[in-house]
Amino acid sequence: MSSGIFIQHLINGLSLGSLYALIAIGYTMVYGILLLINFAHGDVFMMAGYFMMVTMAGMGLPVYLSIPLVLLMTVLLGMLLERSAYKPLRDAPRMSIMISAIGASYLLENLAIYIFTGVPKGYPNIPFLTKVVQFGSVSFQLVTVVTPIITVFLLLALMFLVHRTKMGMAMRAVSKDYETARLMGIKINRVISTTFGIGSFLAAIGSILWGAKYPSIFPLVGVMPGLKCFIAAVFGGIGNIPGAVLGGLILGITEPMLIAFFPKMTGYRDAFAFALLIIMLIVKPTGLLGEKTTDKV
Amino acid sequence: MKKLFLSMAAVLAVAAAFTIGYGEKVLAADDTIKIGVFEPLTGENGGGGSQEVDGIKYANQVYPEVLGKKVELVIVDNKSDKAEAVVAATRLVEKEKVVAVIGSYGSGVSIAAGDIFRNAKVPAMGASCTNPMVTEGNEFYFRACFLDPFQGTVLANYAIAQGKKKAAVITQLGDDYSTGLGSFFTREFKKLGGEIVADQQFQTNEQDFNSILTNAKSAGADVIFAPSSIVSAGLIIKQAKALGISALIMGGDTWENESIIQVAGDAAEGVVLSTFFDENNSAATAEAKKFVPGFKGFLGGKDPIIPAVAALGYDAYFVILDAIKRAGSTDGEAIRKALTETKGLEGVTGSFQFDENGDAQKDFAVIKVIKGGKFEYLSSQSVGK
Repeated sequence: MSSGIFIQHLINGLSLGSLYALIAIGYTMVYGILLLINFAHGDVFMMAGYFMMVTMAGMGLPVYLSIPLVLLMTVLLGMLLERSAYKPLRDAPRMSIMISAIGASYLLENLAIYIFTGVPKGYPNIPFLTKVVQFGSVSFQLVTVVTPIITVFLLLALMFLVHRTKMGMAMRAVSKDYETARLMGIKINRVISTTFGIGSFLAAIGSILWGAKYPSIFPLVGVMPGLKCFIAAVFGGIGNIPGAVLGGLILGITEPMLIAFFPKMTGYRDAFAFALLIIMLIVKPTGLLGEKTTDKV
Repeated sequence: MKKLFLSMAAVLAVAAAFTIGYGEKVLAADDTIKIGVFEPLTGENGGGGSQEVDGIKYANQVYPEVLGKKVELVIVDNKSDKAEAVVAATRLVEKEKVVAVIGSYGSGVSIAAGDIFRNAKVPAMGASCTNPMVTEGNEFYFRACFLDPFQGTVLANYAIAQGKKKAAVITQLGDDYSTGLGSFFTREFKKLGGEIVADQQFQTNEQDFNSILTNAKSAGADVIFAPSSIVSAGLIIKQAKALGISALIMGGDTWENESIIQVAGDAAEGVVLSTFFDENNSAATAEAKKFVPGFKGFLGGKDPIIPAVAALGYDAYFVILDAIKRAGSTDGEAIRKALTETKGLEGVTGSFQFDENGDAQKDFAVIKVIKGGKFEYLSSQSVGK
């Protein structure tokens, strides 16, 4: 394998990994606070894609107006989802919320099929992101290098939020002990709402970058990214934000490398991701950066 | 009070159920003939399936009666899923008691449901499913289109004629259409002196083809053959261009769909595919000359070109209706026999007669190229049997 081809594979992987990381943060934050795997996260990601299509292609808004609008709509959708599907079950057994999450996921998918039909639609072109750059034998779209930069920036911003602000302190308190936090006067509903808002915001950013790279949108577009990012979050240690980023990057880089070095194995790409998950759960169930939790008696 | 309400609601519900049941009985009276439409309307192949259904609906509008009775279409959604296909097919034969079935888009679901139609002795007419296994060993499954061995041969011949020597074949794991067509192309391409430099698979719903395409590029492929569903096609084409791949990109009949151009944009220029039907064909049959303007009006501008699968859907209905007419009965065995005796029936996509497997004997494929954001007729290719 020539170095040019290797660099090409590496760039592909780095960009895919940063995308996984962005979406994985959404899983990990919700889990950290509610101990809930938000199965509808991938579908919020999908809806963000359709919002972009509606605002840009449908309403004809310019890109600098439609991106903020899409971010806003996705955040509202995430919060609405939390309000309607999870909040009423706040004190119910955790399994009920999990089932509600699966229901919400199917609801969003079928809603999209009903409104937009199953035919794939083209993602609106964002010229700044889709420009093709060429260095020797290596060729990629600008979005490929923009994605890791945005991911790192958002990770730093998020770490600041969690560790340096009052809301972050409340989030940490709720994730430590939900009941006590409530007794101490923390408005947990507001904290949880904010968490969903941030997770959906990242999903929307991820969706815009994803759309620039993979410009096709259909109702099941969020299923595979959703699953992969869930794996990435567990791999990195679910509940841990840097862990989600690390897990996303590792998964995103190893997948293309597997294909690069074993071209005959291309069909086993998804199987590889799941195998990675299983091995992790056997060897270190808390994930790479996860802390050991002890159940309170 | 609450209990009273509940019991009243229960009584009402039961009454409603009876009324609905009664209503169904009235509709199912003997003055209609039911034909099942077994197609994907959702899932991966929902796009193509709905186009095929459009053709069938139009055919039903043009020919609404047979044997003096009204033909009623019973449309079920097989959701592009082999397990769902079995459920949908069972519903058609057991609950709806259809006399014949049309469909499905997607060979995999047709193969999955084949046994159900055979065991129930309900003749089925595949419109655009091209994998040989659909009709093989199933005397009740017929087919209106050409087969993948033929399509693969035509495409391999075309690639070689363009001076291409090194092919990368990209197929979808577990999809009978994609893997079948890929292997028939490979066989013929090798036979004609070409070399397969990369043979790679991807999984359903995969969106990232960068690594697979990078492999194809580093192997020096000058043609990429990627038969796949509409969902993957646009992404493959777009990503190939972003990686600076200049090889000829080719696909099969599924690619003749507007959404591929919409997704891939400029990158789709020069993509070559084979298909069943061309609306601008001057040597068309009389039925086709009637069909083209009529169907355009029916679609009302929904599709800029007439999708070939819609033409085949129309033909499948047309052929079945003709068989029912000649059989003079709605008995499955009688219709099957009439179908095998079909000879020289002129449909939209050519003339119909069936070989011993129940496959329409077609020896003609249309090759199209995407040019200026449109599907353009390139050539018709026939291969002698």
